[in-house]
Amino acid sequence: MGDIGSSLIGKRIPKLDAPDKASGKTRYIHDLEAPGALHAKILRSTEVHARIVWIDTAAAKRLPGVHAVITAADVPWQRPIGVAKDHLPLKTDRVRSLRDEVAAVAADTEEIAEEALKLIKVHYEPLPVLTTTDEALAPGAPQLHEGHANNVAMTFDYAQGDVAQGEAQSDVVIEDVFRLHYVTHCCMGVSGVIAEFDPGGSLLLYSNTQVPFLHKREFAEMLGIDPGRIRIIQPPIGGGFGSKLDVYPFEPIAIFLARITGRPVKLLFTREEEFLASPTRQPVVLKLRSGCKKDGTLTFRTVETVHDNGAYTSWGATTPFVMMQTVSSLYRVPHCKYHTAAVYTNNPYAGSFRGYGNLQATFAVEAHMDKLAEAVGMDLLAFRLKNAQEPGEVTPQGMHFKTCGFKQCLTTAAERSDFVAKQAANRARWRDANPVKRGIGIASMLHVGGGAKIYPSDGCGTILKVDDFAHVTLITGASEIGQGSETVLAQLVCEELGLPLSAVSVVNNDTDITPWDVGVHASRTTFIAGNSAIGAARKAKAKILAAAAAKAGVPVETLSLSQGFVFSENKKLFELGKFLRGLHFSDRAELVMTTFYYEPPSKHQDKQFKGDVSAAYAWATQACEVEVDTLTGIVRLLKVTGAHDVGRVLNRLGIEGQIEGGMVMGMGYALTENLVVENCTVKNPNFRDYKLVTAPEMPEMDISFIETMDGEGPQGAKGVGEAPAICMAAAIANAIYNATGTRIYALPFTPENVYRALHGAAQAPAWGKAA
Amino acid sequence: MSANCDIEFTLNGVKRQLSVPAGMSTLEMLRERLGLRGTKYACGEGECGACTILVDGLTLNSCLMFAVDCDGRELQTVEGVAASEVGARLRDAFVANGAVQCGFCTPGLMVQASHVIEHNPGAGAAEIRRGIEGNLCRCTGYKKIIEAIQAAEQKNG
Ligand code: FES
Ligand code: FES
Repeated sequence: MGDIGSSLIGKRIPKLDAPDKASGKTRYIHDLEAPGALHAKILRSTEVHARIVWIDTAAAKRLPGVHAVITAADVPWQRPIGVAKDHLPLKTDRVRSLRDEVAAVAADTEEIAEEALKLIKVHYEPLPVLTTTDEALAPGAPQLHEGHANNVAMTFDYAQGDVAQGEAQSDVVIEDVFRLHYVTHCCMGVSGVIAEFDPGGSLLLYSNTQVPFLHKREFAEMLGIDPGRIRIIQPPIGGGFGSKLDVYPFEPIAIFLARITGRPVKLLFTREEEFLASPTRQPVVLKLRSGCKKDGTLTFRTVETVHDNGAYTSWGATTPFVMMQTVSSLYRVPHCKYHTAAVYTNNPYAGSFRGYGNLQATFAVEAHMDKLAEAVGMDLLAFRLKNAQEPGEVTPQGMHFKTCGFKQCLTTAAERSDFVAKQAANRARWRDANPVKRGIGIASMLHVGGGAKIYPSDGCGTILKVDDFAHVTLITGASEIGQGSETVLAQLVCEELGLPLSAVSVVNNDTDITPWDVGVHASRTTFIAGNSAIGAARKAKAKILAAAAAKAGVPVETLSLSQGFVFSENKKLFELGKFLRGLHFSDRAELVMTTFYYEPPSKHQDKQFKGDVSAAYAWATQACEVEVDTLTGIVRLLKVTGAHDVGRVLNRLGIEGQIEGGMVMGMGYALTENLVVENCTVKNPNFRDYKLVTAPEMPEMDISFIETMDGEGPQGAKGVGEAPAICMAAAIANAIYNATGTRIYALPFTPENVYRALHGAAQAPAWGKAA
Repeated sequence: MSANCDIEFTLNGVKRQLSVPAGMSTLEMLRERLGLRGTKYACGEGECGACTILVDGLTLNSCLMFAVDCDGRELQTVEGVAASEVGARLRDAFVANGAVQCGFCTPGLMVQASHVIEHNPGAGAAEIRRGIEGNLCRCTGYKKIIEAIQAAEQKNG
């Protein structure tokens, strides 16, 4: 009411942290000084798979300036880490991959620490190496981990309906094998940590983690101390994208060194180390069998995937949780069967990465949508619209789509890109003489957009304090990783309190101060933390208005907050700062509000993966236009037309930026990025050979927002962080087919791979020679 | 171990005298010896542009330049650029146009963009793209960075 016209929702709000960042003032972990800090370096294995016979650290320890050289023997109290707790930070008697941590040094300078690493001698006894999932699954293969016969780390099985019946009802059945490659996050800020103990043994950790509260517990267990004695401070983070969701060995190692030396210890990766020893998006071999009826109705899908888990288990192993959602529920399919085996090999191990398996699943599913449509002679758009989900649907897997803008996404992206006409025109040019072809392809995605029930609950706390100048401090559990959450949360609070953005400070990076939160992942922050912030702001508003009503002797229903004033109907009643000052000097101000938001109860997934996984779901369609030079295999992405169901746009500037960045990241996955792993060795650990998209290659981007106003979302919004990266590769693959008539089943579409596919030579797989 | 060399140069308008090891990079000198932490390390191999600075008016990757080679030269880092008139315009444009996400690439881009604007004031989008091709950004997809540089340019005119 009172705030009509002054709403911040949907506006272009610059990020609160941008001025400092653009002035070079922001202090990332690399820029922090801990007085008296030692510098740490890690010695990694030189063998892919070997028994450690002995380690001799004597010479390293004698080097002047070295304060500690540790191996597993020095930290008998260390505990296994990771999602499956299947490895120790410092390896004891065996290494299973080249990144494995064997010893670590703390010294006065980084140079001395590096010098000391060279003086450590390790005697290895090589063991047989498993370079591919095929080798790992072969009968008689050596076993990498106790209790995992056949080297299968994890399996996932899901079924709905009866695929045999579905197949019997099909007029068309197709089957293909898709191969997806390794890529890695390439956060511009390399990994780093600073660990420091106080004399009483409490730990202060400066960390880039995306999940500070969950990590407190893990570190506490490892150190044998009360989690309450661990404080984690997150300095601004130079990119996350999922890479900082698990405990990776370097953090515990820095903690060990700090405990042993009694000094603060700072550990930073080099870029090369970042490539070698951070998690990857895992390679997947995916067999997809699907069918439809003559009229275009989908009948069934069967998916079998083999994930190269690498030597240990991190979140990458659990991506099937998301992949099966796309298989079962992006389109309406009555019968589905899904199976994944995540298989241990001696390769780098897989973590979570923006999109979380969904890029791989969507790549296959959307290729088949094109192929099935073509087989029954239907228009590609009409075929998709026929099978697309609608609002209100509860899928056989149990996902409830309370809002669903999928069909609008499809039609909007198709119309704005002139998809149907361009498709036809491009096909007509398959046989003409021009070796440079044009193509347009379309693909869509479904992803969690209202938190994710990965843990028993999905909650976030807020503390809101309103001071005597109407300045608000929003203390939230939600971490900022560059995505702009602090700005959106401030905006939501201002919207409730009728204050300008400048009236809010956000505190979001210190576990001793901020309330609990499960972490930044699954595109959940705006939704979960946003609802929490709104809850706190509403409590504050109710209190302020009640006090104002009492003071003015008017009914509270007639009051509102706007433009820094308490309004009565349309009249300014009190200047808010002044009114609050009076309230603070009274004896009942209590203007500290707390609130805690958990997503609403719903049917949690059971052991068969049936049930709801999120309070809301995000949808998107992207149309990609490419130019393919058939003489060189070079594919240029010209334009992306994206339509995104985001619930509601909160910060237009922020959401555009997130979507553009995601589109380009998805484009890199499709066209340029490839972590080359040969014989379990990363061959291109640098930006020269691992090619990120650069500015000249950026495509034209046209973004439309489909605002479905989610009933549970903060101001109607849904999460969007991961969505834009997900269907790019699938759309580009479909575009290459539209340009050339050749379908390529393996990523990436580098000139070499595309050339081979077009000219019939056997295609070089991107990694190993897996099934 | 490398010998030390005495060097003298101008940094963000201020004369400096320093004794640096022969093997030290300019990036390390700026960050570790002079405490100017705005210039970032993201690869150390001249491949990302995070460490971009101005040397005698030209942009260079400070990770590839030996500190001793700063002798007699004029250096500007992001701290200096941000304090300049062009820098202030660029900063405001980066902020207003959403060109900053995690911000780790931003200092290098600010310096590179100031160079583009100074040397080619009427640069169009295509020239700006070329002008920043040595600067990697993992977050933004570049579009808003290019728009920001164009906006700063227009205010110039
Ligand atoms: S750190 Fe100098 S170019 Fe990357
Ligand atoms: S804003 Fe994060 S790398 Fe550019």
